[in-house]
Amino acid sequence: MVNAKVPEIHISQVQFQPEPQAADGQLPAVAVEASPIRRFLLSRGNSAIADRGFHVLMVLCAFSIFGIVVLIAYELMTLSKLAWGTFGLDFFYKAFVDTYSNQPLYWDPVNSHFSALPFIYGTLVSSFLALLLAVPLAIGVAVFLTEMCPRVLRGPLAFITELLAAIPSVIYGLWAVFVLVPLLREHLNPWLIKLLGWTGFFSDDNPTGLGFVAAGVILAIMILPIISSLTREVMTAVPHSQREAVLALGATRWEMIRMGVLRNARIGIVGAIILGLGRALGETMAVTMVIGNSPEIHRSLLANGSTMASVIANEYAEASSNLHLSALTELGLALFIVTIVVNAFARLLVWAVTRGAPSATH
Amino acid sequence: MQLKNEHKLQNRIRALTDGAATGLAVLSTILVVAPLVAIFIYLIYKGASSLNLDFFTQIPKPVGESGGGMANAIVGSGVLLGLASLIGVPLGIGGGIYLAEFGRGTKLANAVRFTADVLNGVPSIVMGMAVLAMVVHPEGHFSALSGGVALGIMMIPTVCRTSEEMLLMVPNAVREAALALGVPNWRSVLAITVRTASPGIITGCMLAFARVAGETAPLIFTAFGNSNWSTSLNEPIAALPLQIYVYAISPYDDWHRLAWAGALVLIVLIVLAVSLVRYVTSRGVLKGAS
Amino acid sequence: MGVGIEVTTLNAWYGTNHTLQDINLHIPANHATALIGPSGCGKSTFVRCINRMHETNPIARVTGSVRIGDLDIYADAKPVEIRRRVGMVFQRPNPFPTMSIYDNVAAGLKLNGYNNRRELDEIVEKSLKNSALWDEVKDDLKKKSGASLSGGQQQRLCIARALAVDPEVLLMDEPASALDPVSTSKIEDLIFQLKSQYTIVIVTHNMQQAARVAEKTGFFLNGRMVEFDSTHKIFTNPSDKRTEDYITGRFG
Repeated sequence: MVNAKVPEIHISQVQFQPEPQAADGQLPAVAVEASPIRRFLLSRGNSAIADRGFHVLMVLCAFSIFGIVVLIAYELMTLSKLAWGTFGLDFFYKAFVDTYSNQPLYWDPVNSHFSALPFIYGTLVSSFLALLLAVPLAIGVAVFLTEMCPRVLRGPLAFITELLAAIPSVIYGLWAVFVLVPLLREHLNPWLIKLLGWTGFFSDDNPTGLGFVAAGVILAIMILPIISSLTREVMTAVPHSQREAVLALGATRWEMIRMGVLRNARIGIVGAIILGLGRALGETMAVTMVIGNSPEIHRSLLANGSTMASVIANEYAEASSNLHLSALTELGLALFIVTIVVNAFARLLVWAVTRGAPSATH
Repeated sequence: MQLKNEHKLQNRIRALTDGAATGLAVLSTILVVAPLVAIFIYLIYKGASSLNLDFFTQIPKPVGESGGGMANAIVGSGVLLGLASLIGVPLGIGGGIYLAEFGRGTKLANAVRFTADVLNGVPSIVMGMAVLAMVVHPEGHFSALSGGVALGIMMIPTVCRTSEEMLLMVPNAVREAALALGVPNWRSVLAITVRTASPGIITGCMLAFARVAGETAPLIFTAFGNSNWSTSLNEPIAALPLQIYVYAISPYDDWHRLAWAGALVLIVLIVLAVSLVRYVTSRGVLKGAS
Repeated sequence: MGVGIEVTTLNAWYGTNHTLQDINLHIPANHATALIGPSGCGKSTFVRCINRMHETNPIARVTGSVRIGDLDIYADAKPVEIRRRVGMVFQRPNPFPTMSIYDNVAAGLKLNGYNNRRELDEIVEKSLKNSALWDEVKDDLKKKSGASLSGGQQQRLCIARALAVDPEVLLMDEPASALDPVSTSKIEDLIFQLKSQYTIVIVTHNMQQAARVAEKTGFFLNGRMVEFDSTHKIFTNPSDKRTEDYITGRFG
């Protein structure tokens, strides 16, 4: 601190300012003559009302976010009341059994049989497949980008993952229909059937190439960017000291990443994965274009299926009856609630890692 | 001696694991980059060969006639996005201003922030359903208006959060300078803080814009699509992504070609927006000031 | 012209932290008053209480009274009104980054609704001349951004901005601490010229600076005002042992 070192002698060299004149101790008696500017400024109000109004307006804008959530919930609940009244909880786990063929009949708008089962099944299977494919890749990319990548490559690669996230669902769908599905049909599926057909998961009865596998693959590509970018975020939030501590013990780079980084970031990574799951559950267009859209439950992953989002996309605009519309809305409501819960949970996990100090996860 | 050998072996294994892990990370990066490259190459290859002047000037031809374009869909997307911005931009920026300027550190602000993040993850199709019940049913028909509302609602959380982040980058000293001059708070926020952060806020809006520009699901049962010219807010309207979807799942080669061309146009617009955003944010929010 | 400031039993808190305790003080009109003391002693908080800037921090709280001229600023007015009469220059130069030099100086008037262009031109010129910046910037007033100037020029720009609203009091919170010696001496010269027209309160870390520019000096320590007297007395014959220790460099 400069002032502490000032030697006395310097001060004494300063020529001091003369003391204020007699006015000291009293306020000036003469009224100060105001300049035109001063008079103008004095004439301006204190803007208390404008400030208050502005504040309230901004709060209202912020509240619009709550408003949207409430509005969606309200509209969906009102519209799905009919289906809820008709089927109750059965909607989510029971299927109508056709008395002639003794086959389960899940979704038959003509005869007003509605059950969410095949769509819940389809949503879960396609999302699970997507996670299975995407998670290892996403973590691999994140590890590469944060810990191994030469600095020059980091920018462009991060940009590419960002671009992947910006491509619209319908374009993924377009590409999947014309490139991915033929590829699966000609190459991957025959191979899967030959190799794993005995498990029953890959049966040889769908020549189109559409189905759960196609949906899972395209979903995996779509949720990769969000998982990897969030994983990257939590990994960079791990303090450097953690890495150095492990390195100082003579660990190899991989051991450092595994013990110093991944272990400390794991809660955040789980959050990132769950966030990816949230995306996958609600993803609509690309899935609708490649899953085959049949409201059935098949063991085979190569069979056609349908998800909650895809059936809504397919039928909502042309619902044949009020009950049909209501049943679809109930699916939407379920999707809304599930994605809210999943996203809220995931956000909390990610926040816990990136906000707080290094979390206690040793 | 044996101990030493064991040690050596162990180190060999550790080194191998390290190499394998590196290899896997590189491999997964390649696997992630590959689809993007594949999609782009295919888009350019398929799209460019189908793109011509007609695409931008003609409306779709009936099945069986070749040619035609997506002029109505391009204009329709413009109308929808304009409407969406009218709703999403002011509300989103207002929310961002609240979070950054008024609500700092309060519980309410945290709740708004959290809800915005969660809302961002709600599937767009669900938004569309709510708008169907809210706008389409009372009106009795599909309309451009309902499509614009659905897209606008989707813009709010993104615009809100990016605006907040950009406003927080404005140094406090700048706010103090304005307040110390006796400038009313609302004026100081708008003319000083928001203006200082405006390059960043604009890019945030563009990001949200680019995101909803490609949205299809909520439009299926709000804007609905239209194979003729329409710019009326009260009638169904065509939109580029919607048209791509309809053409892609159709059985006609001609339409497939148009779908590719449409996809190329859409992706070029989006990539431009994202690159611009990246360029501006990498330069920093304040350096952009003239 | 400036007016005097009368401070009576001023107390200030940040949260539970009692940063100012029972300050009583009279600051004379049209003179420079320096406030010295070690960092964290409350001198910055004190000047921020004079234009109610401390209220921008939601956890801040104040009791007691401050009279500027015949206005009790806590009882009779809103912060906006006070701040139009009390200019402030901050420790770090903070020009508005998106504005030209001209707009920076005119900001206080324009943003308060003053739109007479011819008058604004005159005021900007006068303020820039008063802050000794005119000759350096007159050719690119509207071309260059305020942020493109050097640090010392930016600080003089901030002074011009504060002068443009014709304040009665000018508060300077360590105005030269972020500047090089040449710029510092320019700022000091400026204070010298300005103090005949404005009541200047300058917070400083630098005791020589206080001795050079101020007629009166107050010494703050741990949120209390230990001594307030003529600068000459404070630096040559302080009546409090703590003041003496501080100015002779025994602590701080």
